[in-house]
Amino acid sequence: MADTGNNDAFVAFERVQKSYDGETLVVKDLNLTMPKGEFLTMLGPSGSGKTTCLMMLAGFETATHGEIKLDGVSINNIPPHKRGIGMVFQNYALFPHMTIAENLSFPLEVRKIGKSDRETKVKRALEMVEMGAFGGRRPSQLSGGQQQRVALARALVFEPELVLMDEPLGALDKQLREKMQFEITHLAHNLGITVVYVTHDQTEALTMSDRVAVFNDGRIQQIAPPDELYESPKNSFVAQFIGENNTLEGRVKEIKNGIAVVQLDNGDLIDAKPVNVEKPGDRTLVSIRPERVEFNRDRLKPDAHTLKAEVLEFIYMGDIFRTRLRVAGSDDFIIKTRNAPDQRRLQPGEQIEIGWLPEDCRALDAPQV
Amino acid sequence: MSDSTHTGPMLAADGTPLKRSLRRALRAQKMRALALIAPLLIFVLLTFIAPIVDMLFRSVENQIVGNTLPMTVEELRDWEATEVPDEQVFRALFFDLFLAAEAKEHTKLGSRLNYEKSGISSLFRTSGRDMGDIGEVFQDALEEIDPAFEEASTWVEMMSGGAGAEPNARLMSNQIARLEALEATTFSGDAEFLPGAAISDILPNTARAYAAFAAFTQFVDGKSVTKEEPWEAVYAALALDLEDPATKTAVASYAGPGADNLRAAAAATLPPIAMRDAFFESNKDWANVTFWETIKTYSPPYTTGYFLNAVDMEKTPQGIALRSEDERIYGILFQRTMFMSLMITFSCVALGYPVAWILANLPTRTANLLMILVLLPFWTSLLVRTSAWKVMLQQQGVINDVLVWLGLVADESRLVMINNQFGTIVAMTHILLPFMILPMYSVMQTIPPSYLRAAKSLGANNWTAFWRVYFPQSVPGIGAGSILVFILAIGYYITPEIVGGTTGTFISNRIAYHISSSLNWGLAAALGTILLAVVLILYWAYDKIVGIDNVKLG
Ligand SMILES: Nc1ncnc2c1ncn2[C@@H]1O[C@H](COP(=O)(O)OP(=O)(O)OP(=O)(O)O)[C@@H](O)[C@H]1O
Ligand SMILES: [Mg+2]
Repeated sequence: MADTGNNDAFVAFERVQKSYDGETLVVKDLNLTMPKGEFLTMLGPSGSGKTTCLMMLAGFETATHGEIKLDGVSINNIPPHKRGIGMVFQNYALFPHMTIAENLSFPLEVRKIGKSDRETKVKRALEMVEMGAFGGRRPSQLSGGQQQRVALARALVFEPELVLMDEPLGALDKQLREKMQFEITHLAHNLGITVVYVTHDQTEALTMSDRVAVFNDGRIQQIAPPDELYESPKNSFVAQFIGENNTLEGRVKEIKNGIAVVQLDNGDLIDAKPVNVEKPGDRTLVSIRPERVEFNRDRLKPDAHTLKAEVLEFIYMGDIFRTRLRVAGSDDFIIKTRNAPDQRRLQPGEQIEIGWLPEDCRALDAPQV
Repeated sequence: MSDSTHTGPMLAADGTPLKRSLRRALRAQKMRALALIAPLLIFVLLTFIAPIVDMLFRSVENQIVGNTLPMTVEELRDWEATEVPDEQVFRALFFDLFLAAEAKEHTKLGSRLNYEKSGISSLFRTSGRDMGDIGEVFQDALEEIDPAFEEASTWVEMMSGGAGAEPNARLMSNQIARLEALEATTFSGDAEFLPGAAISDILPNTARAYAAFAAFTQFVDGKSVTKEEPWEAVYAALALDLEDPATKTAVASYAGPGADNLRAAAAATLPPIAMRDAFFESNKDWANVTFWETIKTYSPPYTTGYFLNAVDMEKTPQGIALRSEDERIYGILFQRTMFMSLMITFSCVALGYPVAWILANLPTRTANLLMILVLLPFWTSLLVRTSAWKVMLQQQGVINDVLVWLGLVADESRLVMINNQFGTIVAMTHILLPFMILPMYSVMQTIPPSYLRAAKSLGANNWTAFWRVYFPQSVPGIGAGSILVFILAIGYYITPEIVGGTTGTFISNRIAYHISSSLNWGLAAALGTILLAVVLILYWAYDKIVGIDNVKLG
């Protein structure tokens, strides 16, 4: 939505819509441009249309409306096998009846590349993912992580400029996933390829991408670099979807000096940064990250608004402490504090006062219910 | 070093070696598991394995000749098969055939040998009737000499050697065993009569014939030997014994019961024994050496004859040879069966593959609906379906009518599509098609669509993606379907019987004919065994080429 007609965009979705059944739009008015070499992640809850977008780009689904361009050329009518887009599937889709080397040489064979050329390319691609010794095995004889690497190598072996990955790490355990995340980003940057990556794991999205497109309900809610996404979510969906968040509902009382004073439903007043509220009287959802909440009165501005809170639970998590509070009638207000020698450990039952810097607290649109 | 005492086998807690106690524990587990499946195992053994073993046995079994004509077979052992056997053989044949005729088993032997040599059954049937007449001559002569020979008691006394004489139990039990083999039963109870040892030495033939008579009377007729006048064969045996001058001298010094009667018989002149001529008179075919060849060829208890017959060969005195051209039928039949089964299998693959593919790629609801159509034939009687093809394909049938109506075929030259190979292939393809579609469908269903997409994303066009990626993964389904259809087809019976005419029948129709009409079960068993072997060999070959673990039925 922020990106519009950019002519040197490598990948471009222009007003793309998609409906499977002719009744509901699964993708609604998608506009997106990507420069060459970008690592873009599509993040969103299940059913938000991420795979559909990827499939339209790969050519397995046709857009109901709108245009998809690759390198400035509309590819709406180009069949998938002529698009030259590499793709890594969620279940890897390694051909079970072929060895690893045959799997990798398949895209080269169909491109009629000579045998010796093929062999060197296959070897190079396998070495790139550190699977050089496994060329003679069948996919079923590899572990999940190894299959994943092979799938990656197969998608890269014919040197596509654009690679699509649909939840490629979904089936791996946490440690392996983190290792592979690192390897994939490195490979992508070293090879200079453009990657569209789909996941619904937000940590993965934040750590890997140049930009993240947050999908919900067939629309991109926000597309921004990870830090911006985390620190300045544009709307309540993004705020709630990315990272942990405390939310409070209320009505804007006044806006002055770029600070909105919000009156919560129980009458308490707080300070917030107006993001998409315009005028006093608007209903709003106020969002604040747990690690930005302060309960040490000395560290707050003297005129800052504060809220009374009761400590309900203290959880020791090693590097951080996690404390659950009752604030303004809600029982699941979380604060996180770093485990430092001078850090106070709050005791359940304790009555405290909490506050924050106005720029850390964002007054967003109220959810439509 | 200090540990050297512990290098022995590991011990369990109770001190037994660990290995042994583990084995014991496992064995108990295995036995329990076995006990659970035992009923099924027994059921399978009884209903599946046992008939097959029986069939294999029947295809080589040939004890009927040896059981019916034991002495003749013995005499024929050194016969050269160049000319009609000598008197010695005919004498043995007389006693064998006499007993067989009494037991009414001679016609069975006749039918058995008739499979190998036609005409031989009437030989046995007619001569069986004449055995009594041949022996009667000697009965009349002996009774003339001494009326005491008419009395059953004379014979019992004489042949048992009187009270307290040493018996020849062995002779009696041999005769009982022989009778048991002939009648294919077992008798229970002790023999009422035992021949005396002394008289058996002097009159071996008479003792043997009388023992056979006694065994038959007691165990088969259920009568008492003391009240029955002996068979004519016993009189003939006595005449035969008395023919030898040595016997006459022995009789002269014999003192046992009936010695006087025997001496009287020995002193008189008895009719000459010429069994050979008597048989020739009964049926001149006994002078035909080829009949004797057949008897000798099939005298061993096991024979390859049925198998040779099943592959269009026969045993001749010169060895094994191919049958004459006009008698060869099974080779052609086997070839035809194989060829047509292959044709049916290929037709099923060709028709079934697209259907299975469509079913596997439709949404489940639609696929299930269409699956009912595939399964529909299973709910209709096989006979109805086959007969429907008769209606469709016959010369006045639906298809011909349509073709004539369209003007594609002239009314005079309607196509012949039934009672030939074409009709059989069409009808059987239709009937066996579900067996091809189902395994292919279940295999195709497990192939995720992402493979085809992956292939296309890698640059393969539709055909390459199908041929290089989809098709190889569907091969296990084709393999399973083909094996299923081929094995079902090769042994199919009803459909070829109805629509096959003469040129479209299978080997199984021939087997059925031998089982129910010609009653040549041995040949039917041999044909069935060959069929089984062919299937097993094909299965083995398939395993070598494609690998049986590549077969998936679901
Ligand atoms: N082939 C199809 N036919 C009909 N509807 C479909 C089809 N594929 C997807 N949909 C619908 O389109 C919507 C978006 O699906 P999509 O697969 O793009 O979601 P996603 O964002 O990839 O979700 P996930 O994270 O679970 O993979 C869903 O509501 C889904 O039910
Ligand atoms: Mg998806």
